[in-house]
Amino acid sequence: MNLKRLLAVSYKESLQILRDIRVLIMAFAIPLILLILFGYAVTLDINNLPLGVYDQDNSRESKEFVESLVQSGYFSIKDYVKNYKELETLLEKSEIKIALVIPRNFSAEVKSGNKIEVQTILDGSDANTASIGSGYLSGGLLLFYSKIAQADNTPAIEGKIRIWYNQDLKSRNFIIPGLIAVIMMIIGALLTSLVIAREWERGTMEQLIATPVKSSELIFGKLIPYFLIGMIDLLMAVVLARLLFKVPFQGDYLFMFLASGIFLLGALGIGMFISILTKSQQLAYQMAMLTSFLPAYILSGFIFPIFNMPLFLRIITHIVPARYYIKILQGIFLKGNGLQILGGEILLLSIFALMMLTLANLIFKKRLPE
Amino acid sequence: MLEILNLLKQYGSLVAVDYLNLKIEKGEMAGLVGPDGAGKTTLMRILSAILPPTSGSARVAGYDIIRDAEKLKEKIGYMPQRFGLYEDLTVLENLNFFSELYQLSKKQKDEKYKEVFNFSQLEPFKDFLAGNLSGGMKQKLALSCVLLHTPEVLLLDEPTRGVDPLSRRDFWRILFEQQKRGITIFISTSYMDEAERCQKVAFLDKGRLIAYGTPKKLKEIMNEFLYEISCDKTREAKSVLEKVDGISGISIFGEKIHFTLREEKLLANIKNKLKDTGVEILNLRRIEPSLEDIFIFLKQDKIEIRNG
Repeated sequence: MNLKRLLAVSYKESLQILRDIRVLIMAFAIPLILLILFGYAVTLDINNLPLGVYDQDNSRESKEFVESLVQSGYFSIKDYVKNYKELETLLEKSEIKIALVIPRNFSAEVKSGNKIEVQTILDGSDANTASIGSGYLSGGLLLFYSKIAQADNTPAIEGKIRIWYNQDLKSRNFIIPGLIAVIMMIIGALLTSLVIAREWERGTMEQLIATPVKSSELIFGKLIPYFLIGMIDLLMAVVLARLLFKVPFQGDYLFMFLASGIFLLGALGIGMFISILTKSQQLAYQMAMLTSFLPAYILSGFIFPIFNMPLFLRIITHIVPARYYIKILQGIFLKGNGLQILGGEILLLSIFALMMLTLANLIFKKRLPE
Repeated sequence: MLEILNLLKQYGSLVAVDYLNLKIEKGEMAGLVGPDGAGKTTLMRILSAILPPTSGSARVAGYDIIRDAEKLKEKIGYMPQRFGLYEDLTVLENLNFFSELYQLSKKQKDEKYKEVFNFSQLEPFKDFLAGNLSGGMKQKLALSCVLLHTPEVLLLDEPTRGVDPLSRRDFWRILFEQQKRGITIFISTSYMDEAERCQKVAFLDKGRLIAYGTPKKLKEIMNEFLYEISCDKTREAKSVLEKVDGISGISIFGEKIHFTLREEKLLANIKNKLKDTGVEILNLRRIEPSLEDIFIFLKQDKIEIRNG
């Protein structure tokens, strides 16, 4: 490999990137938009769940109970109604997600220390929200119950739960590190899948392969600018995560950049491999989408927990590199893990990167397709 | 400098280059002529070592196209038919990229840039994007880029296709300058006037070399008499001529018809026949064949002439 020729290819590629607004948008604007979107809008935590209340009891105790729910921050009262019919209408119009019916004997039961029962009706058309909401509601009830028990000085058994690593249980704190993996895949696979195919489509490859440039100079020369873009995006993501979204960072920055570099090389390798294989931008893009981006999004544990998946999908997740990278990132961000704990994942990603880059170099031939 | 031995290229059942043999001496300018689909581009690509042949071999600038493909690429300048430079880079950036690929030293670069700017007149446009240049300027830039490393052999695939006549003349002027420096040039073209300017001409038809030699020698191949006739009803005249025994090649050149005659004495008979069908002859004369006549003659008679 000749360094001068390698750098010439890198420089040429960089000029082309800087002059192509579509590439720039994909390289910098889309990662930024994703970060903002996921940082602000997409959250798996539920706050201010709209609640409809039909309080048949209308006692001091029942009002206290409803008040305690509102205080928790998880619910906001949309409306107090006088009958079931009104509750039904609210649910149908999707104005409330949960209907709460407090029975007539609520205060009496509270006073007598009996088991309290309330009726909840959930809007199952949004199953996720409904189940989380119902969980919060029973939690609220339990809390209310224990408060009363304490007031009565009745000894009650209380389980104290301590949460480690992500104490606030904010989903943003594990989504942002996962999103970094998705962004790296966009740069590595989606963007890079176009680079060789573009030269074939524009007819510049025919001129290029008739020069003494070596395949490896061409491949690595083209990778360098995209590697830099990926690293800039990573820096951008980390800065936003820390400053704007206040995601905790327990680990070592240098270690994170090194691990990300290894993952990025693998992702670039896949993109390059696909680009060489297909020789057409559109096909390359679709293939990169299917084989790299979607698995990184869906099968990596980024949003959908892997342990929830059926067995065959769980097996497939083992060959999704993003799975290991997300584990590394979440480990570094939230737990402060280092090489001792994440060594296995780092090794797997290194093997993957080496394999993809070697493969790309092997299949690239300075020949025209037949 | 360039030697082709029994070269065969097949795409499935289609034969693109059919057992071709050809030799071009050092410093010669040879033209490759043939209709679209004759296999010109395939041949140029094989000689540039970017397309492997099915069988046979070739040596260019002393290197085998298969075994020494990469060494060969340092000695040749190949201009593909389709513009192969980067339209989103400027003239200078394209030149810089190729001079880095060919690893020119700073000194070589300065000298070469001076030379190519001198013949191409592209210096005032050096900061223009290549995509914004005219067709003629693009081709001059492409030629400049493949001349940077002072190749021994130039392989040019229809470089003047679709280029205006003035730019074409300009382009040829540059080629002759390069030839004077001892560069061997193999150029494909579909313009016969360009082929006439080459020292040697190779006729390619359906992948087969049907003739090769100097334009003068090729014209001697035609042992028949070539006539040019102009008359008032060209189409009727053509259909009359087609029925006459002893006429082989008939082709229309605008308002005129060229035809070849085996014996001169048949001419009186033809004149009578034309008059009988009401065609008025404006002019009928024997002419010297052009390369185009030769090509059509060779194609029609399916005569195959070997090298020499």
